[in-house]
Amino acid sequence: MSDIKKFMFVNRKAPYGTIYALESLEVVLIAAAFDQDCSMAFLDDGVYQLKKGHQTKGIEVKGFEKTYGALDDYDINKLYVDQESMAARGFTAEDLCVPVQVVSRAELGKLMEEQDVLLSF
Amino acid sequence: MKFSIVVNEGPYTHQASDSAYHFTKAVLAKGHEVFRVFFYHDGVNNATRLTTPPQDDRNIVSRWSKLAQNSELDMVVCVAAAQRRGIVDEGEAKRNGKDATNLAPGFRISGLGQLIEAGIQADRIVVFGD
Repeated sequence: MSDIKKFMFVNRKAPYGTIYALESLEVVLIAAAFDQDCSMAFLDDGVYQLKKGHQTKGIEVKGFEKTYGALDDYDINKLYVDQESMAARGFTAEDLCVPVQVVSRAELGKLMEEQDVLLSF
Repeated sequence: MKFSIVVNEGPYTHQASDSAYHFTKAVLAKGHEVFRVFFYHDGVNNATRLTTPPQDDRNIVSRWSKLAQNSELDMVVCVAAAQRRGIVDEGEAKRNGKDATNLAPGFRISGLGQLIEAGIQADRIVVFGD
């Protein structure tokens, strides 16, 4: 059996307010160091994680928008964003801070089915 | 089948740790293997031995410790998540100049690589959380 598995990190929560998004990024960066086949999915409020222009000064929390921009340096470039979640929140891929693949819910379901490991945050 | 278990929420506030515990026990009872139980996010709070619930309630922490002892479970607490939340073993206390430790028996503190390895080694990884 090959030791390379397909990992998908599913991000469902807003970037701030809870720590899930930040700690998810920490896992993704470690997974990349293990040379796994990594992808990330963003749905529900998780789509806010990629929205341009995080301003966290007012809540005195360290912002991490830049980390999404650095993912490509770790060879993590399969970022899937749920179209319906974005539409429901009134924005499009042009509002995002990194290039992504916009997919329908059905397509996202199919992608999930292809994974060996799904970690949901 | 080989399972890995991930616990992402703390004890008592959330059902995740209870469900993970019962699932782990059921998996072992059926003769399957548990490669590792990994505690992340507030899940690291399942590993403080200072937990003292009322006597007529379940003790979630010592229940995990007992299961680890009886079934030789590998229970790993994420070091970065643990540092944020004050879960400390002797090595971490020394490294960070803390005057106390609180890691419960059966748990060990290690890196996120252990979570990725758990995903690679197991046939199924099951996540308990929100």
